[in-house]
Amino acid sequence: MNRPVRRTAGGRRLLLGTDHRHVTVGVREAAVCAAAALVVAALAVVGLWLGDFPLRLDEVLGVLGGRIDGLTRTVVLEWRLPRIAAAVAFGAALGVAGAIFQTITRNPLASPDIIGLANGSFTGMLIALLLLGGGWHLLMLGSLTGGLLAALAIYLLAYRDGLSGFRFIVVGVGVSSMLAATNTWLLLRADLETALFAAAWGAGSLNAATADVVWPAAAIILVLLAVTPLWAAALAQLELGDDVAAASGVAVDRHRAVLVVIAVALVSAVTTVAGPISFVALAAPQIARRLVRAPGLPLAATAGVGALLLLGADLVAQHVIPLTVPVGVVTVTLGGAYLLWLLVHEIRRTRWSTR
Amino acid sequence: MVDQMTARLRAEHVTLRYDQRTVSADLSFAVPDGSFTVLIGPNACGKSTLLRALSGLLRPAEGRVTLDGSDLVTLPAKERARRIALLPQTMTAPEGITVRELVGRGRYAHQRVLRRFSHADEEAVESALDSTGTTDLADRRVDELSGGQRQRAWIAMVLAQETPLVLLDEPTTYLDVAHQIDVLNVLHRLVTRGRTVVAVLHDLNHAARYATHLVAMRDGRIVAEGHPASTVGAGLVAEVFGMPNQVVPDPVTGAPMVVPADTREPAVG
Repeated sequence: MNRPVRRTAGGRRLLLGTDHRHVTVGVREAAVCAAAALVVAALAVVGLWLGDFPLRLDEVLGVLGGRIDGLTRTVVLEWRLPRIAAAVAFGAALGVAGAIFQTITRNPLASPDIIGLANGSFTGMLIALLLLGGGWHLLMLGSLTGGLLAALAIYLLAYRDGLSGFRFIVVGVGVSSMLAATNTWLLLRADLETALFAAAWGAGSLNAATADVVWPAAAIILVLLAVTPLWAAALAQLELGDDVAAASGVAVDRHRAVLVVIAVALVSAVTTVAGPISFVALAAPQIARRLVRAPGLPLAATAGVGALLLLGADLVAQHVIPLTVPVGVVTVTLGGAYLLWLLVHEIRRTRWSTR
Repeated sequence: MVDQMTARLRAEHVTLRYDQRTVSADLSFAVPDGSFTVLIGPNACGKSTLLRALSGLLRPAEGRVTLDGSDLVTLPAKERARRIALLPQTMTAPEGITVRELVGRGRYAHQRVLRRFSHADEEAVESALDSTGTTDLADRRVDELSGGQRQRAWIAMVLAQETPLVLLDEPTTYLDVAHQIDVLNVLHRLVTRGRTVVAVLHDLNHAARYATHLVAMRDGRIVAEGHPASTVGAGLVAEVFGMPNQVVPDPVTGAPMVVPADTREPAVG
């Protein structure tokens, strides 16, 4: 007999389909996702409501219900919605990318902002901007290439008879510093206007999140997030160590390469539009894991928490702090505090996954 | 004896290398079907390396490892993992994972994107818990268990893979002697139920008691192999381990028992 909720080796799970063909969702993870979605929806309405152009809440709801046209509609759907959508999509993307890296390296510190992917994306973007002259598609391509090359460099430098999480991070921090120096050097060579644009972007901000750049980036992120669950089972095996994963039937090198490419593409899609936004990739997976109380990092819940974090941080950056600051400044402040806590926690635990 | 045996898993003239360091050259070896094969030898003699090659985790630089006649490196990872399971030396239990969840991870090779956590998976998990005596621990967190319990949980994960061949790299190391015997009894029960088990062990007397096929290695070569009763002797142990010794019958089972010679320095004065 098929009961919809089963107690399985993966916890209590909701089963959709037959015993032979089905997907399952952890009951607790589904609850966390639903809660995150509700809060995100509420915050999104707040984000559409607040701003320089004064609107009443019922006007916002009227636009969303399709009852109000004209300028109000333009303000809500064309000025404010892209930024909200960007915060949600980018937050989810950063969270999932962080979960992938943290799982592959089996280390909660291995987030794309710490191991230098964001700096690599920035380098690629700067080269596209300064040497090749810009254009949004060129910047996106430059950012993606920069991120992928940085990931490849770290991978090759850190790989020795398998991938040790700790070595991966240390090499990543080194590569990150070198790229940061390169970025400074590139900025020094640029003219003032370009340098100002690049520097504002480098702080991580959603100010440039307008409709023409957000929708393509969000579409790419949506596709990437939609295919990621195909590798979720392999990712869970990699938590057990490379040897156990391989012995249990995972083609470790191939799956890990695919997952790294997905994670880098997610980060690059975000970085191109918004610049390097720290903290979300680092913290969202860990917060989601504690909420779901699952072993390993739950991808769907991580996406939900990431969206919530970035949207919340952007609302704080825009409306709570008296002067408008880039969202990256808010997240980096939160991130600094979190990182300190994490380091203390890790040192107390003294269980570095070394080989 | 060797001529009559059948062996699904064979290493044929393999050269095994890590980076540039050659561990074994031109090594041939067959795992007798239905045996409890135990690899013994001094540290760094190549037993773990051979086990990794037999499990498909290490690709031979030359020669090949065959399973049912086909080259292991040509088999897709999942198909290989439905026939050979390996418990390696290093593994990581994710923080907070329960025994049942860990054992469930052994089912990866049998699952597809649209079929995880099926009834067959649950049955395999329950049966693996049962045969390792960990059913009562199923809902406990792995990081709360004692060393012996934890090792049985990992073995249960390997068993849930439901493979005819089970390979284990030092499954008893770091356990106290009672837990070592527990683990060996679990493996013995597997063999009596028709599985083929290959394990690397350090304790010669355990090897001699439990193995049906003993393989002694040194410097990447197989020095001797066969049933312990006809293989283990003072000469072989001295040759393999470089240790003067006597071999006497085990007072409990009659299997060969190795007793090191007294090589202490005489007391001064």
